[in-house]
Amino acid sequence: MLFRQQLILTFAAIKNQIIIKFMNHYETVFILNPVLSDTQIKETVKKYEDLLVSKGAKMVSKEDWGLKKLAYPIQNKKSGFYHLFEFTAPGEAIGPLEVEFRRDERFMRYLTVSLDKHAISWAERRRVKLKEKA
Amino acid sequence: MSIEQQAKGKKDGEIRYLTPLNIDTNKAKKYCRFKKSGIKYIDYKDPDFLIKFVNEQGKLLPRRLTGTSLKFQRKVSVAVKRARHLALMPYVADLMK
Repeated sequence: MLFRQQLILTFAAIKNQIIIKFMNHYETVFILNPVLSDTQIKETVKKYEDLLVSKGAKMVSKEDWGLKKLAYPIQNKKSGFYHLFEFTAPGEAIGPLEVEFRRDERFMRYLTVSLDKHAISWAERRRVKLKEKA
Repeated sequence: MSIEQQAKGKKDGEIRYLTPLNIDTNKAKKYCRFKKSGIKYIDYKDPDFLIKFVNEQGKLLPRRLTGTSLKFQRKVSVAVKRARHLALMPYVADLMK
C-alpha cells in the first residue's frame, strides 16, 4: 500500500516536471494610461511581473519605451506608456494574465504573442543592438 | 475598317506603323526582399520598416507591387495588423509618407 502511494507520488512528480519543462516563449507589449505618475507605473509593472512569476513564468527581458505618441487616439488619449515583457511561461499562465489586463483600467492596450525560433533569435539580436545604443 | 483598307491608308491622319512599336517590356524583375536578404522574422514593433508595405492611406500594398513572396506577404500582413492594434501604425490615415 505504501509502496503504491510512493509510486503514485513519483508519477505525479514526473508529471509536474514535464509540465514545468514545457515552457513557451512569449512577448507582451502593453500601453499604460498616460495620466499615471511615475511611481504608479512602476507599481503596475512590478505587479504584473510578480503575477507572471507567481504563475511559473521566467522573465527574459523587460523594456520601457517610455511615453510614446499613439498613431490614433485611444480612449481620447494621444499618448501612452509602452512596456514590453519577454518571458517563458507555461501556456496556462497567459489566460489569467490577459483577464487581469482586461480588468485593469490603467491598461489601454495589450498584445501577447508567442515567439517561434526565428522570433527568439531576432529578439536576442534586438536586445544586443539596444544595449550597444545605450 | 478591314486590315487591307488600313494598309492602303484610306483614312488620312491615322497613324500606321511599319515596324512594331519598341515598347520597353523588360523592366527590372521584382524580387522578394525577405528571401534575398534572408530575413526570417518580421517585427511588428518596427513601424519605420513596415511603412514600406503600406500606401499613403495606411493600407497594405499588394504583392504584385512590392514583389514580396506569398510566404512573407502573409507575415507582413500579420505584422502590420499587430502594429495597428498597438497604435504603432494607423488604421486609416492620409499623407502618411
